[in-house]
Amino acid sequence: MRHLLSTADLSRDSAIALLDLAEDMADVSNREVKKLPTLRGRTVVNLFFEDSTRTRVSFELAAKRLSADVITFSAKGSSVSKGESLKDTSQTLAAMGADGVVIRHSASGAPRVLADSGWIDAAIVNAGDGTHEHPTQALLDAFTMRKRIHGVASRGRALDGVRVVIVGDILHSRVARSNVWLLSTLGAEVTLVAPATLLPVTTSTWPVAVSHNLDDALSTTPDVVMMLRIQAERMNAAFFPSSREYSRQWGLDDDRVARLPADTMVMHPGPMNRGLEISAGAADSARSTVLEQVANGVSIRMAVLFHLLSGSDS
Amino acid sequence: MTARVVLQQADIARALTRISHEILESNRGGSDLVILGIPTRGVLLAERIGRILDSIEPGSGTVGSLDVTMYRDDLATNPTRTPARTAIPDGGIDGKTVVLVDDVLYSGRTIRAALDALGDIGRARAVRLAVLVDRGHRELPIRADFVGKNLPTSASERINVRLAETDDREEVTIQ
Repeated sequence: MRHLLSTADLSRDSAIALLDLAEDMADVSNREVKKLPTLRGRTVVNLFFEDSTRTRVSFELAAKRLSADVITFSAKGSSVSKGESLKDTSQTLAAMGADGVVIRHSASGAPRVLADSGWIDAAIVNAGDGTHEHPTQALLDAFTMRKRIHGVASRGRALDGVRVVIVGDILHSRVARSNVWLLSTLGAEVTLVAPATLLPVTTSTWPVAVSHNLDDALSTTPDVVMMLRIQAERMNAAFFPSSREYSRQWGLDDDRVARLPADTMVMHPGPMNRGLEISAGAADSARSTVLEQVANGVSIRMAVLFHLLSGSDS
Repeated sequence: MTARVVLQQADIARALTRISHEILESNRGGSDLVILGIPTRGVLLAERIGRILDSIEPGSGTVGSLDVTMYRDDLATNPTRTPARTAIPDGGIDGKTVVLVDDVLYSGRTIRAALDALGDIGRARAVRLAVLVDRGHRELPIRADFVGKNLPTSASERINVRLAETDDREEVTIQ
């Protein structure tokens, strides 16, 4: 594997290998010395054309824990805001000797363009592109599920038979897309729940079941309920009548949480709109894995960076 | 080139028994001993040494494994390696005598990586090295404390250690 652009590119074996590698990285994060010399002398550039403190900090910490040199490059205040193109930016980074580029871009496919362009000879990691994919988020979600279900015996396991309900704005969600491909590769059964206006027309070709009724989906006692953020910045059309109505129909409120079995996980990629897609009670309950997801994110990103940057054939 | 058998099953068993006695003798007993195998075959040898130690002095065979992949100095020049498991026994290594176990000692670079890895896990009172075969050609100032067999080789020769747990037979060959 030379780049990580999409979870659709991952085979079942390579996905499990990455999750196993992240287990080793998680062990490092629990030690007193949380640092490995593995990527010493390598340079990782975080190229963020779109704001995302959480993902950026997570990648930065992961690279630093592997002893790589890290440069963080935000579009705001850089020459990009003066009109510099992706080509020029990436050629500048290539001239500076970047070994890996972690890219977040508002345009779907930007990481693929960078990987295929020949402008830069570095490993490219997609850290979220438009409404397309966010592969490390899906990997950390799968890792979190596997860890909660199998505990210390999780190494080498997939997610066969795990029932996952993904709720919310599927249309704009790269997290949902990456999760659909990865979870189905790992053997999980995925159900998407959303208002019809927030479902892409292509879902009929996806390996998922689709429902418009959250209460119906929850009555099947799923193992995981993953709530997606209502992306206010992308709500430029009338996708639903009002946030109050959305919350009542598709929000995970205290009543709905109370009806779930005690071991059902409640996941959210963050940042959460409390009171809209998820109630404070649900977000803070013992079922919620939100903070575990953040911690696991660092382990997953360490695993991905190690995998892409450590070998000569990477 | 045909492979010549230099250690057979009984020789390996004898060597491990001798090493176990030497470990206990140099440590003046089995207290505060941690045996850490280096994957993959070092772990199997460490487990065997642990069992022998336990049979000589019950309770003295605390065994774990120490993966050194992340600490290697050749990561950038070789294909990506998959790390193996590191399992440090409960109680850690602080204040303990750690015996690293590997199958073959060659350049010494694996052991250097192991010492770095160990330093990030805790502060051992002393670190010793036990190997089944020492074939020479050291590139670093490292030597083994307990050696099953010293085997002078040329750099072009290959040493193969086969153990029953992972291979179809149990022997050390030179090729």
